[in-house]
Amino acid sequence: MPAFRIEVRVMPRAGLLDPQGLAVEHALHALGFAEANAVRMGKHLVLQLDAASRDAAAARAKAMCDRLLANPVTEDYQIAVETA
Amino acid sequence: MRRVAVVVFPGSNCDQDTVDAARAAGSDAYFLWHRETDLRQADVVILPGGFSYGDYLRSGAIARFSPIMPAVAAHAQAGGPVLGICNGFQILCEAELLPGALMRNARLKFLSRPVRVRVEAADTPFTGLYRPGEELEIPVANGDGRYVADARTAAELEANGQIVWRYVGDNPNGSTNEIAGVCNAGRNVVGIMPHPERRVAPALGGTDGARIFLSLEAGHATQLAGAVRAVGGHHAGV
Repeated sequence: MPAFRIEVRVMPRAGLLDPQGLAVEHALHALGFAEANAVRMGKHLVLQLDAASRDAAAARAKAMCDRLLANPVTEDYQIAVETA
Repeated sequence: MRRVAVVVFPGSNCDQDTVDAARAAGSDAYFLWHRETDLRQADVVILPGGFSYGDYLRSGAIARFSPIMPAVAAHAQAGGPVLGICNGFQILCEAELLPGALMRNARLKFLSRPVRVRVEAADTPFTGLYRPGEELEIPVANGDGRYVADARTAAELEANGQIVWRYVGDNPNGSTNEIAGVCNAGRNVVGIMPHPERRVAPALGGTDGARIFLSLEAGHATQLAGAVRAVGGHHAGV
């Protein structure tokens, strides 16, 4: 079976307070990057898996996100699949 | 005397205090390693505070898949009392045994200090000995203590009286609707962010948390009395 490289981007859901993003934004402002705004901070996970096809790999990755990698109450995720 | 299982996850650090508090209240409390799959005839399950799996990924996200958790969920679904304290609360939310989730404190700082909470619901197995509206001083010790629920869920919690404790005066972590603890719709699964096991003796700074553990035995006594009454005052060997 071909190997795929999966990247998962998990972000705090829009509208929820993201105190880490806010702290980073304040730090950027303090450093003179006054134009930076709407800073949000999330997680980036990378993994490899074997699957019959790209679609099958994406389906497995989605199941991983729904089960463990993201919390449906507070987070949204995006999956990118590429051939390893 | 009720059998109280205190589940120990890798990274739990309030398990001993919780067992001590339950024993002081008269319960037969014991540790249960998270890799067990049987509750050993527990009447009550408590998930204690700590930092299971180092809070990796999200607080409680990995512990909720521990081998003991299917038994905890089955106990909860059968109406058995379950209490999650701090990290235990986070685990119950991750396991979807309680609604909502706990996120990083609004002001980022790890908070370890006494807070004031008001008892909003006295009709759970863990709050029967409190008066609704009573104010307590109990310490928090958390970094991820901000209770979050979407507007619809929060409205349902309010309408159903599922908010069990609320912060008074100061909302230390930015929780939705000042929520410090909630219960499920069945009222048998309860989560609390502050640590009642740290306020069960004058030497610990107060006793405001003690009745959470005493309520278990008192509720049990009431049930027994009810069972006796049910058979016309004849003791039925319950």
